[in-house]
Amino acid sequence: MTSPLLEFYGIEKAFFGVKVLKGVSLAMGRQAALGLVGENGAGKSTLMNILSGNLAPDAGVIRFDGGAFSPKSPADATRHGIAFIHQELNLFPNLTIAENLFLTSFPRMRSMPFIDRNLTYSRTRHWLLEVGLSASPDRLVGSLSAGERQLVEIAKALSIDARLVIFDEPTTSLSAREIDHLFALIGRLRARGIGMIYISHVLAEVFRLCADIVVLRDGEVAASGPAESFSLEKLVSHMIGRAVTQAFPERTSAPSNAPLLEVRNLRQAGEISEISFTLHRGEVLGLAGLMGAGRSELARTLFGLDACSQGTVAIEGKELHRWRPRDLVGQGVAFLTEDRQAEGLCLDAAVSENLVLASLREHGRGLLRWIDVTSLGGAVARVRGTVSLDPKTRDSQPVRSLSGGNQQKVVLGKWLLQRPRVLLLDEPTRGIDVGAKFEIYRLIRELAENGAGILLIASELEELIGLCDRILVMRSGEIVDELARPEFDRTRIMRSALGVLEREDV
Amino acid sequence: MNRISPRLLGFAPALLFLIVLTVFGLQSHRFLEPRNLTNILVQASSTGIVAVGMTFVLVTAGVDLSVGAIMFVAAALAGKAVLAGFSMPVVLLEMLITGSVLGAINAFLTTRARVAPFIVTLAMLFVGRGLGLWITQTRAMNLPDGFLRLGSARWFGLPLPAWLFAVVLISGHLILTRTPFGRQVFAIGHSREAATRAGIRTGSNLAAVYLISGLCAALAAMVSLGQLGAVSPKFGEGKEFAAIAAAVLGGTSLFGGRGGVLPGTLLGTLLIQTIENGLVVINANPYLYPMVTSTVIFIAVLLESLRNRSPAR
Repeated sequence: MTSPLLEFYGIEKAFFGVKVLKGVSLAMGRQAALGLVGENGAGKSTLMNILSGNLAPDAGVIRFDGGAFSPKSPADATRHGIAFIHQELNLFPNLTIAENLFLTSFPRMRSMPFIDRNLTYSRTRHWLLEVGLSASPDRLVGSLSAGERQLVEIAKALSIDARLVIFDEPTTSLSAREIDHLFALIGRLRARGIGMIYISHVLAEVFRLCADIVVLRDGEVAASGPAESFSLEKLVSHMIGRAVTQAFPERTSAPSNAPLLEVRNLRQAGEISEISFTLHRGEVLGLAGLMGAGRSELARTLFGLDACSQGTVAIEGKELHRWRPRDLVGQGVAFLTEDRQAEGLCLDAAVSENLVLASLREHGRGLLRWIDVTSLGGAVARVRGTVSLDPKTRDSQPVRSLSGGNQQKVVLGKWLLQRPRVLLLDEPTRGIDVGAKFEIYRLIRELAENGAGILLIASELEELIGLCDRILVMRSGEIVDELARPEFDRTRIMRSALGVLEREDV
Repeated sequence: MNRISPRLLGFAPALLFLIVLTVFGLQSHRFLEPRNLTNILVQASSTGIVAVGMTFVLVTAGVDLSVGAIMFVAAALAGKAVLAGFSMPVVLLEMLITGSVLGAINAFLTTRARVAPFIVTLAMLFVGRGLGLWITQTRAMNLPDGFLRLGSARWFGLPLPAWLFAVVLISGHLILTRTPFGRQVFAIGHSREAATRAGIRTGSNLAAVYLISGLCAALAAMVSLGQLGAVSPKFGEGKEFAAIAAAVLGGTSLFGGRGGVLPGTLLGTLLIQTIENGLVVINANPYLYPMVTSTVIFIAVLLESLRNRSPAR
């Protein structure tokens, strides 16, 4: 290891004032295979997005191949020989394999503006052979399987003569055979002297492929070293770390045993399978799991947002026949989506307009349902207090101009005006500051104390442990574990979510 | 509806075209005569040329509503220039310049000022029509015979407008399918963000697309002038919708990323023109024309959208 291929020095990055990377420094050698692991939100993706030119760091220096490196765009990083194979592949399904490979570097016919198809195809064939994909270069990428598309991405990385390839969860949508093929291919890449950063939640894969491992936790390097120096046990404990003690509001009453929401055999092809659970009145039920484990899909299916769902859902013993969002809203179910800006708010509309959006009907008066502005104003004033919206914000202010925390409070307020019995909360505290987080915790608790049932999806284990009465752990679209309040155990939850137990048993 | 195979639906426009030809052919023997078929081709060429430019724009998931207005401005300026005694080549060049300048303004506003193409080109539609009316003083302008002679001149048995249409079609096809620019346009249409991430200069590509559309509008204006020999205040009116209909009928998606000039846009243009021509030939009630045409367009686009509504998405 003469001079390292890649070095990070003190990389910092914040979103909406929340520090996601707090001075990350690490180095990797030439031809190295580095495994990057950590919980959701530990900063892995952010770090890699900085390296690949998708984000600019707030502070810190990157050195690549001996020189200072600050990619201004993904194309810039590509020119330097860095290929990022995203979870969501960056291919164009409406173009052919060959076109995807050479989109910005088509070989042209001599003295003509046209693409030299023969040359393009023969080069494509060469790279496809290299990655072991037997498909015609003029095949549309849209007609390929997930595994085949991944091979096209790798062929693309080879065609730009990449010196460093970043894999972000490459195996999530692959079959066992495709995974074997991918791993063999990765071995060949390394033999050619190409460096690799491998991000995965499947720790067994990381051990199998990587010589060195770096653990990120809360935007910092928690541990790093050669793979042999870690046991599975140790790796998991580094990922979890010691709890950052956060003040969670005290629970003053116990949840009742009265079933509120009963879900039986809920399934949605390719997303979740045979989900059954009961949410009681006054209960906060947590859903733990890794990204892609099917938690959001479960909430979406439950709320009737994804078509083709099967199973039965009963609310207070009453089975639902129709399954559209408005039927569920009619039954007193509220759904706070993961992406509040895109799905939960009309960003350019005023605070008050967003607040009353879901409950406008209640303020209609007379035959034509004219809106009673006075009662509307009263409702807005009341709910602002309930969710403790920043008093400085005006009712007429567009929601876009609010902080993340206040935006989330507006979404919550909108649903609270409906007096919901069941709340599905998907990552309610994502990207919001600590103070607002605490107020949302308090609100969740209050709602539960008042008899509402809450299904809480959160990536931060701390949050689930601090707030929930019961936690369900999901993996690959199934519920794999259930823990009740006294027995909450971070390690057990993480291991269930990662599937570590079973792997060891095999 | 699920029983219809997607493959069959893919041929919907071509199938409709055959049905229309057969129906009218049975109604009137004059319909399928070569003279009438040539006629259809000539009548279709002006709309067809605009539709080729429109196909480029639609593939990027944009739209150009200003093409009819650009035709009007180019023709109005051409009329003025002809009457002022400028020679034919100068006038034709002037039309091309008008088309590209107005197209360039569209391009600038959509790519640099980042205003939605719908808004930019809608504004250009009104500005263009106003400008044209101002230039012509809202009077019809009869032009000397030069233009009409150009419009009816034949070359190897085919009228000049048909040749121009063919040239535009073939160049459009080659650019879209065989040049890096063309393929990048498809990438942008699929996802502008992904295209930027892939290192494509989306701005200049998009700009080029609106420039091409403006140029095509100018070429179409030449053809129309050659056929009409006059500039009326309604010159080019509604061309944008005829062109969009033709392109969409030919399988180009309004949401970008999919479509093509050959055979798509050609087929779409011919289908619309054939229906209109057929209705004239069989002496149908003129009030029926728009209804029949739009019904056929609707059916074709409906079939097309059925094809794309795959259950798995």
